Amino acid sequence: MVAHSYQLKRADFIFKNENDWERILDKTLKRPPQELINELMSSELKGRGGAGFPTGLKWKLTAEDPSDEKFVICNADEGEPGTFKDREILSKVPYKVLMAMAVCGYVIGSQKGYIYLRGEYKFLVPELNKVIQEFEYYCKQIGHQFSIKIFLGSGAYICGEETALFESMEGKRGEPRNKPPYPSSNGYMGKATVVNNVETLAHTFTIFKYGAKKFYDLGVQYSRGSKLFSVSGDTPKPGIYELELGMSLQDFVNEFGDGDTKAVQVGGASGFLVPRKRFEKTTIGYRGKLTGISLPTGGSMMLYNSSRSMYNVLDNYLEFFREESCGQCTPCRVGCQQLHFGIKAVKRGDKPAQYLDKLLKLTETMQLTAKCGLGQSVANSFSSIVENFREEMIY
Amino acid sequence: MNPVQDLIKNLADEHGRTRANLLPILQGVVEQEKYLSEYSMIEIARELNLSAADVYGTATFYSFLEHKKMGTYLIRVCKTITCAMKGKNQILLIIEDMLKIGLGETTSDGKFSLLQTNCLGWCHKAPAMLINDEVYTELTPESVREILTEYLKK
Repeated sequence: MVAHSYQLKRADFIFKNENDWERILDKTLKRPPQELINELMSSELKGRGGAGFPTGLKWKLTAEDPSDEKFVICNADEGEPGTFKDREILSKVPYKVLMAMAVCGYVIGSQKGYIYLRGEYKFLVPELNKVIQEFEYYCKQIGHQFSIKIFLGSGAYICGEETALFESMEGKRGEPRNKPPYPSSNGYMGKATVVNNVETLAHTFTIFKYGAKKFYDLGVQYSRGSKLFSVSGDTPKPGIYELELGMSLQDFVNEFGDGDTKAVQVGGASGFLVPRKRFEKTTIGYRGKLTGISLPTGGSMMLYNSSRSMYNVLDNYLEFFREESCGQCTPCRVGCQQLHFGIKAVKRGDKPAQYLDKLLKLTETMQLTAKCGLGQSVANSFSSIVENFREEMIY
Repeated sequence: MNPVQDLIKNLADEHGRTRANLLPILQGVVEQEKYLSEYSMIEIARELNLSAADVYGTATFYSFLEHKKMGTYLIRVCKTITCAMKGKNQILLIIEDMLKIGLGETTSDGKFSLLQTNCLGWCHKAPAMLINDEVYTELTPESVREILTEYLKK
């Protein structure tokens, strides 16, 4: 048995009401940009949307770009099944996000910010616009030029991918671009752009207010800080929880499971399904350096108990991907469809069980050849479900 | 000018006449008209000086931009995993029974349309649905009946 001394640790930064954001903004805008970048880098904050790119580095690269115009975009196109934390941040502590955007603008040299809000959250717009208006008024008062506009999505999961998001904002189909060039030099309208997840921005508020060390002291090596987890599925207490990174999945299940947890989907439909026998060895954080398997997540944690059929779960995910694939590259467009047809055919008995191995091969191809994260990550849930619950796929 | 032309012109005045303003304009037309007709797409193209094919391309990408006339109240029931696990099908059956329409259909008086949609982001309060922009969560057979009864009175 792998020993793990780490226990579930609650944190309370994100939703803590901070009445002094105006003072913090003043103070932060008086510090040299380089110092702020260093502060972010030493906090080791990584993007909370799921990809985990170091935030300080992102700001640094964009700051160094010679673009004549730059943009700050807050990615609020929260569409991953099982995630619902960003909406909560935007409705409870929107000023933290706005302040972080303004500070980012100051650091990289941008006067324009956008919030790309998914269409499903349109009801947030009136309240959010009110807060933005007050915020812009305050910025003007202290002589800081920064405007923020909401851009509404229209029901397309793929637009959460940053380059698809640019395309969408430019009035086009939300089809991801090739990378490189990266957004830090070639983003919205071809200009240098920072795209940060809502939660990432909220964390920078904490770092600028309390200092990098406070944040760095949470979590474990390579996975610093706290993170919001969206907990749903078969759990007696679904909801949003801020926890330190690095926890073991076993501890998580002990806290949130219903006593009969069969598997946990970490990271939404594009993440991994972890079966009960692996709970002990799995930790939640960024990949690689921890003991056992370390899984990154945008915060989606879906619990399934033994009454659930993993075939139904996979069927639901694949239908989701088939519909949300943008259709631009063949591996993803045809791959998602064939995977879906494939598992149905095996279940019906029209294809032999060995056909599942062919499908697993197909996911490898998709992982290698799909243009963006959507097509590449279908392999995650597909292989982790098919390999661990093969009999449920067949019988 | 007819009302659709007026609407498009006003939206273009409000948002601007560049391609980057296309999505808000399409959204504005759908909000008023409840769908994008071929006619309105061609009009938008004319107003923004874009090719009609470009407008069509963008307009057909997004699941919230409808191409069939929808009812005044568009119901979208979430069908993604947690909602599916927590009884989404039962909710659908009740709506279908109360409104006498199936998925993808509109009531004959043009008041309601029923669709399914992908994850609405309310998994902790599943099952969930949207009626236009309004969210309803933790649906039960009783609560759906109550909600629809209210809408039927409108």
